[in-house]
Amino acid sequence: MAHATATKVGGLAPALELPDTNGTVHTLPMPGEAPATAVVWTCNHCPYALGWHDRIVQAARDYEERGVRFLAVNSNDAERYPGDSLDAMRERVEAESWPFPYLHDESQAAAREWAAQVTPHVYVLDADLRVRYEGAPDADHMDPGQEAAWLREALDAVLAGGDPPRPATDPVGCSIKWKP
Amino acid sequence: MATRTPSVELLWWEGCPSTDEALAMLREEMDALGLDPESIGVREVSTDADAQREQFVGSPTIRIDGRDVQPVPDEPIGLSCRVYRLADGRISPLPDRQEVRQTLMEAMKGGDD
Repeated sequence: MAHATATKVGGLAPALELPDTNGTVHTLPMPGEAPATAVVWTCNHCPYALGWHDRIVQAARDYEERGVRFLAVNSNDAERYPGDSLDAMRERVEAESWPFPYLHDESQAAAREWAAQVTPHVYVLDADLRVRYEGAPDADHMDPGQEAAWLREALDAVLAGGDPPRPATDPVGCSIKWKP
Repeated sequence: MATRTPSVELLWWEGCPSTDEALAMLREEMDALGLDPESIGVREVSTDADAQREQFVGSPTIRIDGRDVQPVPDEPIGLSCRVYRLADGRISPLPDRQEVRQTLMEAMKGGDD
């Protein structure tokens, strides 16, 4: 399958091949099929990513039985930000029992290819790995009652074979910590 | 009761989107207490060297008479976004408004000692 070199709604998502916190490599495309995939750039030390985290986790749990695949990616420069090191990522996954893999983009190549800007930055892909939503999980990082509504809305639309009513929103969060 | 005018600083880094909101909140609280909101010293921290010099642990950092409104002694110095804990337990990019007000009031009275 051909892939775009930058992520745009309507275009194909760039390929992804990254290890999780146990060293298992996860790929896009992947063997087998998922009717929808959510890829979320996140990190360990950002109030926006942390504020939205539980809502994203709950969405992953709620959509699991419908076959939706969730991937979290951390691309931050761990040398300057040790809180985003692989060890710190692993500790967090184990302590919090994440329901999806937490991928380590050490080279930051994936973030550059996907044009991820901030944490969190959410992408929803359809079964053909076409980007159908890009942006924030919902309208307010401070309001747990929002329940990642924009992410869920996009997943519902893709699973129903339709178009998300809101294909793009402005991602809100901490800038990705690029290597010098 | 005699009050003093505290020195208020807001240090910010461009990698966090919370600066405007933090500044607005700080101005509102100062205004409510009869302090001049225009007296806030707003300073950008843009390099690692700046962060070291300022002992900057993330954006936004609000200091009143040099005292951080939510001190975090173990936080690493660097260009990052502050993670504040609100009184209700939520994580926030901004400190509690009440915490800011309380720190301002204590400074106006001449400190908390």
